[in-house]
Amino acid sequence: MLDLSAINAAYGNVQVLRGLSLTAKPGEVTCVMGRNGAGKTTMLRAIMGQVPVTAGSITLNGQPLHSLPAHEVPRHGIGYVPQGRRLFGELTVAQNIQIGLMTRQKGAKTRDAVLSLFPRLRERLSQRASTLSGGEQQMLAIARALCLEPSVLLLDEPTEGLQPSMITLIRDTLLTLKSTGVATILVEQRVDAVLSMADHIAFVTHGTVAETLQNTNLSSATPQFQKYVGV
Amino acid sequence: MDFGPYLLLALMEGTVMAAVLALTAVGLSLVFGVMRVVNVAHGEFFMLGAVVAWFVTHYMPGPPALAFAAALVICPLVVGGIAALSDTLILKRLNYDPEATIVATIGLSYIFQQAALTFYGPDARPVEAPFNLRLQLPWFGYSGYKIAVVLAAMLLLLAVWLLMTRTRAGLIMRATQLDRNTARAFGINVDKVYAGVFALGAGLAAVAAVLIVPIQQAHYLMGHDPLLLSFIVVIIGGLGSLRGTLLAAVIIGLSDGVISVFFSPTLAKILATLLVAMVLVFRPQGLFGAKP
Repeated sequence: MLDLSAINAAYGNVQVLRGLSLTAKPGEVTCVMGRNGAGKTTMLRAIMGQVPVTAGSITLNGQPLHSLPAHEVPRHGIGYVPQGRRLFGELTVAQNIQIGLMTRQKGAKTRDAVLSLFPRLRERLSQRASTLSGGEQQMLAIARALCLEPSVLLLDEPTEGLQPSMITLIRDTLLTLKSTGVATILVEQRVDAVLSMADHIAFVTHGTVAETLQNTNLSSATPQFQKYVGV
Repeated sequence: MDFGPYLLLALMEGTVMAAVLALTAVGLSLVFGVMRVVNVAHGEFFMLGAVVAWFVTHYMPGPPALAFAAALVICPLVVGGIAALSDTLILKRLNYDPEATIVATIGLSYIFQQAALTFYGPDARPVEAPFNLRLQLPWFGYSGYKIAVVLAAMLLLLAVWLLMTRTRAGLIMRATQLDRNTARAFGINVDKVYAGVFALGAGLAAVAAVLIVPIQQAHYLMGHDPLLLSFIVVIIGGLGSLRGTLLAAVIIGLSDGVISVFFSPTLAKILATLLVAMVLVFRPQGLFGAKP
C-alpha cells in the first residue's frame, strides 16, 4: 500500500503541495482529478522523488520513500507513466523496454508477459520510439513501466490525445492489472475514463485533496466534477 | 620529391592527426552529448595524459615498450579518476548548470595547468616510442609508429562505438542523454552516469595524448591546440553527435595535414576556423547535429 501523509512539496520557493494525503491500495484504482496547476503531476513527481518533499511522508508498505534518491524509488516497484509519455525517442521500442526491465533486473519472462498485453509493440521492436503513432507511444510508455512488475503504477493523463479505441485498450489493460493486485494512481481529466475505472476519486485543489469519493457514489458525483474539474 | 608522393606524405600526416583528433574530440562530444557540459578543461586532460605518460615511462623499469604499454593503461585511469573526482566535487554541486560549468571548467584548466607546471616543470620532455620501425615506401620512408597510432586510434574509436551501441552501459548513457529525469524514473543513477561519462571523455583525451606524445613531447601548455581543434571538430560535426565528430575529425585532420605540408600550419588553422564560422552561419546544428 502506498501512503502519502500530509506532504508538502515545492519547486524552489513556489509551494505546490500543501498537506496532501492519499492512499493507494492493492487491486484498486485511485483517480486523481483537478484543474490545471492543482498539483496532480507534482504529486506523482514527488512520489517518484523528482520533487523534494519538504514535509509529511510517503511510504510503501510502511517503508519510507520520500528520503530516497530518485533513482531508488522505482527499484521498490513503483512504475511511472509520465505526462506526454517521455519515451526515449531515439532508442528503439526494444531498447525502451530493456530500460524498463533493467530497473529491477527483470528478464525475458516479464518482457513476454508485457508484450502479450500490447502485441502491436512486438511487431515494432526495432522501430524508433519517436516514429510510433501517439497510441503506440502510449502503449510503449505503459509497457515500459510494467517491465518493473510494479506493485504501484502511476499514470499521468495516459488517455490524453488518443482515439477512442486506444482509450478502450488502455482502460482494459489497467483493469487487467487491477485484477492482478496492482495499486494504481491515475491522474486523468476525462470523466468517462475515470468513471469506467476508478474505485476512488480524489479531487485535488490548491495542492491538497479537498474531497474523496468512493466508487459507490460516482454516479452522483456531477457536482464534484463541476466544482473541481469544471466539466 | 614529385607532387604525388608529396601529397601522399601530406595525407599520411593528416591521417595521423585526424586519428588522434577524433579520439580527443569524441571525448569532448560524449561529455557534451550526455551531460550538456561544455568542458573547457578537456585540453588539460589531454595534457595530463601526456605528462603522466612521461612519469610512467620515465620511472618504470624495463623495456620502453612495456613502460609505454603501462602508460596506455595507467594514464586514462589516472586522468579519468581526476575527472570523476572533479565531476563529483565541482560540477555536480553546480547542478550541471551550463554557464556555471563553463566557468568551473575554465578554472579547472588553470588548476591542472599550474599543477603540471609545479610538479612536472616548464620543459618539453620526450617520451620514447615503444618501437622504432621504418616503413620504406618507393618514394620516402615513414614512421611505423605513426601508422600504429592510426590503427590504435581506430581500434579505440571502434571500442567506443561498440560501447555506446552494443552494451548495457551505452544504453544507459544514451537514455540519460535523451532524458535524465525519465532515466531516474527507471532506476538509472544519473550522478554515477555523469561521473563515468566525464571520466570516459577525459580518459579518451588522455589515451590520445599517450599515443601522440612520442611524436610531440609532453609540455604543460600542450592542451591548447587539442582543445581548439576538438571544439572545431565537435561544432562542425554537430554537438553530441559521435558520427559527425568522426567525420569532422577526418575532414579537419586531413585538410590540416595537407595544408600544413603544402602551405603553412597557420593557414590550416585559419581555414578550419573559417569553416566553423560558415557552419555556424549556414548549419548551426553542425553536419549531423539535431536541430534545436
